[in-house]
Amino acid sequence: MSRSVITFQKNISLLSTATAVGGFEGSGPLNSTFDLVCEDSKFGMDTWEKAESEMVRQASEAALKKGKLSSHDLDLIFAGDLSNQCAASSFGFKETNVPYIGLYGACSTFALSLGMGALAIEAGLGEHVMCAASSHYSSAERQYRFPLEYGCQRTPTAQTTVTGCGCAILEENEANKIRITQFLPGIIEDFEINDAANMGAAMAPACASTLSRYFSLTDTLPEQFDMILTGDLGMEGHKILKELLYSQGIDIRSNAYDCGNMIYDFKKQSVNSGGSGCGCSATVFCGTIVDRFRKGELSDILLIGTGALLSASSVLQNETIPGIAHLVRIQKEK
Amino acid sequence: MEWIRCFFVGGVLCVIAQILIDKTKLTPARILVSYVIAGVVLTGLGIYSPLVEFAGCGATVPLTGFGYSLAMGVKSAIDTKGFIGILTGGLTATAGGIASAIIFSLIFSLLAKGKPENL
Repeated sequence: MSRSVITFQKNISLLSTATAVGGFEGSGPLNSTFDLVCEDSKFGMDTWEKAESEMVRQASEAALKKGKLSSHDLDLIFAGDLSNQCAASSFGFKETNVPYIGLYGACSTFALSLGMGALAIEAGLGEHVMCAASSHYSSAERQYRFPLEYGCQRTPTAQTTVTGCGCAILEENEANKIRITQFLPGIIEDFEINDAANMGAAMAPACASTLSRYFSLTDTLPEQFDMILTGDLGMEGHKILKELLYSQGIDIRSNAYDCGNMIYDFKKQSVNSGGSGCGCSATVFCGTIVDRFRKGELSDILLIGTGALLSASSVLQNETIPGIAHLVRIQKEK
Repeated sequence: MEWIRCFFVGGVLCVIAQILIDKTKLTPARILVSYVIAGVVLTGLGIYSPLVEFAGCGATVPLTGFGYSLAMGVKSAIDTKGFIGILTGGLTATAGGIASAIIFSLIFSLLAKGKPENL
């Protein structure tokens, strides 16, 4: 029973989703799929950290509104972000008066929150659970690298942290056909990468490990799924993932996609290696992916959030970057 | 002719830094610090002063030029004040540069707000 894929018995469905993003994301290829776009990424605040909390607050209110609920109706919130001590989420949700469970999975936080939210409903802990994750380019730069004012150049393999918050409300509802059906929590993998400017390479092995575990535990094949969607491996990391799996006899090349490669236009927006951050998979999933489920274009996908478990200190101490990848399966019943 | 030499030498120093950014894992901070140290070492070895004479600002403006000022400052302080010059010379020679960096940064931080380069 231990270490198997968690298959939910209840009908845990997506009641509503909402997204709030910054100006750069709002001028990308997915701009029509976002609910709220703030052109200057400030959300009316005077610091980047406050902007991120406000963005979280706005996204969560939008998700509640779309689901025709108020915060009184929520039983639990699972949320996290990239900031120190997940302050963005704590401050973003502090006015809600809802039991709050903070999570950290780096860029895999959104998939992790969906899995945990589904687990809570399966365990009978609530009827309506909110799952959210966010990141903000400017606060992430200040924390992990340098403040914007430093004006440094970024390397070609570096990814761009997405300014965005994606929020989903889960409920147990037989009538709603878009469901979280399975959850496979990831195992921390360390392949001794220590280049913080190439996190895709650090996360790809963990992603490959979770996917190969999933396929062997469930006896499924990659072709069965409409999409095998990773969080933010970026160009480099996604290539490495496909190669790693191919060398194990698993071919995902025809239906593998990466949120980090979808959120920006590589030609028109100079984004080096693609998008990253908790907000990446959160906003891509809660926006365009859920849209496509509703339209009937998708019916069975694997969402694999990928996280690089480094800290600002671990990098300075020349530690390697361990990775983790959490998998959730989303299906639409016919 | 002087301007062409200046342009060429300054350009080469900047190209080296760009190659380091593109092809190595060195962070910008490490590259900048290496440039200062390189300037000190090359001045100590007697290589940098001739370059300054040859290229003027093309050698003094890049950060290697800051290392050059530090090293030259230490040299002249030792000449006039003895061994204490090892400690006082560098900062004395670069005092103008350091003070202006602080003062102008403060002024501009009050006048301008930072924003991400992609917006």
